[in-house]
Amino acid sequence: MKIRKGWYALFTVPLMSIFVIVVIIPFIIGIGYSFVEWDGFAKHAATFVGLRNYAEVFRDQRFINAALRTTVFTAIAVLSVNFFGLVFSLIVTTKLKARNIVRTMLFVPYLIGGLILGYIWKSVFSEFFLSIGWGNWLTDPVKALAAMIIVTTWQLAGYVMIVYITGLMAIPDDVIEAAEVDGASYFQTLFQIRFPLLMPSFTICLFLALSNCFKVYDVNISLTGAGPSYQSEMFSLNIYNEIFEQSNFGYGQAKAIIFFLIIAVVTLLQVRATKKREVSL
Amino acid sequence: MNTKVKKSKAENPLINALVILACCCYLFPIYLILTNSFKSRAEMYENMMALPSKLSMKYYIRALDKMNFMISLRNSVIMTVFSIVMIVVLTSMTAWVLARSADRWSRFLFGVLVATMLIPFQTIMMPLMQEMNWIGQNLHIQMTDTLPGLMFMYIGFGAGMGVFLYHGFISSVPISLEEAATIDGCSTWGLFWKIVFPILKPTTMTVIILDVIWIWNDYLLPSLTLKSKMNRTIPISTAKFFGQYTISWNEAMAALVVTIIPVALFYLSCQKYIVKGVAAGAVKG
Repeated sequence: MKIRKGWYALFTVPLMSIFVIVVIIPFIIGIGYSFVEWDGFAKHAATFVGLRNYAEVFRDQRFINAALRTTVFTAIAVLSVNFFGLVFSLIVTTKLKARNIVRTMLFVPYLIGGLILGYIWKSVFSEFFLSIGWGNWLTDPVKALAAMIIVTTWQLAGYVMIVYITGLMAIPDDVIEAAEVDGASYFQTLFQIRFPLLMPSFTICLFLALSNCFKVYDVNISLTGAGPSYQSEMFSLNIYNEIFEQSNFGYGQAKAIIFFLIIAVVTLLQVRATKKREVSL
Repeated sequence: MNTKVKKSKAENPLINALVILACCCYLFPIYLILTNSFKSRAEMYENMMALPSKLSMKYYIRALDKMNFMISLRNSVIMTVFSIVMIVVLTSMTAWVLARSADRWSRFLFGVLVATMLIPFQTIMMPLMQEMNWIGQNLHIQMTDTLPGLMFMYIGFGAGMGVFLYHGFISSVPISLEEAATIDGCSTWGLFWKIVFPILKPTTMTVIILDVIWIWNDYLLPSLTLKSKMNRTIPISTAKFFGQYTISWNEAMAALVVTIIPVALFYLSCQKYIVKGVAAGAVKG
């Protein structure tokens, strides 16, 4: 079937031009901004500084701390999101009568946006914890990070649960039943049959949790607001603050490009790993 | 024998009740904001876990007023609906043409759309705002602090995922139906809207669901563009509410309950589609 040139243009040009204006052009001029020093005022000229912005990043202790903190946060949160998501999916795929209600309840947090979730939990970690004598978690740097992990797990566990459910449902019943007839225990079938067959779901969920956690912003803003004294500031918020609070537009943009490069590399490695596994299965 | 034991376990009302109870504990934060939004300050600090002694709507009225809630709700609804209608129309059209003409140019465009899904918003937020300000000053089209400007940006950011999902589905649909319709004299425009678009319905549902969850809850992009009070969306007015006033937690909790209500209604009314859409979107993304 041949689509004539005129129709081809009519169908693609509107979307593609919006896309170029909103995504492509800012991306390209963003790379340019990362090589200049500029305070954001149109009247003030930007001076070209070459790679200095990128070199400066390594001397910026607040940034290095934020990046390391985000890495630690991501590592722990990815594990806990997937652990709970998997456990939930195993509960919901049993023959339990309440399974539909349970699934509905566990999925709810994902639909509430990160910003609102952060505020809801702020009331728990500050007001409620004070009222039962546990102290305010959000004024302690380590506990604030723990709070971030708890809230993120609460938000995303229901989300990855949905993916794990899809994976578990795709495993044919007769395989499990055959193993049970042969006398395999619940945990033997779980670890030796279900988990290996669930590998594609693991890959998807690890990726989803990884990218969501590494880019965390909304929960950071609303739950801890980077406090106490920037000790819970994450990568995204550090970029935002550098540009819009400190008015270091060029330097902040260099951080934003580094942020992109890290995400791109991690994602591409992840995709390659997935491809390899697909071949071997 | 084994399965019988299992079945009776699964139907045991006690176990079912315990599991539901555990889930209620899981949703404890929502219970906390719900009950305390009705209590007076004294009653709240006496015991935060207790149910309210009487249902006072005082804090709700104040919170609704301070958040300018009805206007924010209207803005959020308009913005979400129009953005998504445009995303569905434009991405399905583009994806269909790109999928059905497998030349080098089409593959290039598709590749670019998909590859840019990797770019995090934080990487382009500053240059995007510069560009939008430039358009406002030089072309006199107001892009910042207007809802249409915001919708325009959402279409751009939703393009990659929309085209990707539609493209995948269209590639799996045999082309013969479309060829038959063309032979019968159907124009390309009619062919797309009368024959192709209805077939795409499952993907359309997925795109709608994923984009509702994303656009409705999005905070960073509107926080950069929307400055005036009349344009605020729900996440923005919630953030302003928490930032501006020395927090009275009763009011704050009432505000949070109110912001959850639209989400809860959305979830209850199309739960089936939401679960399916989220699963499909995640697996393909």
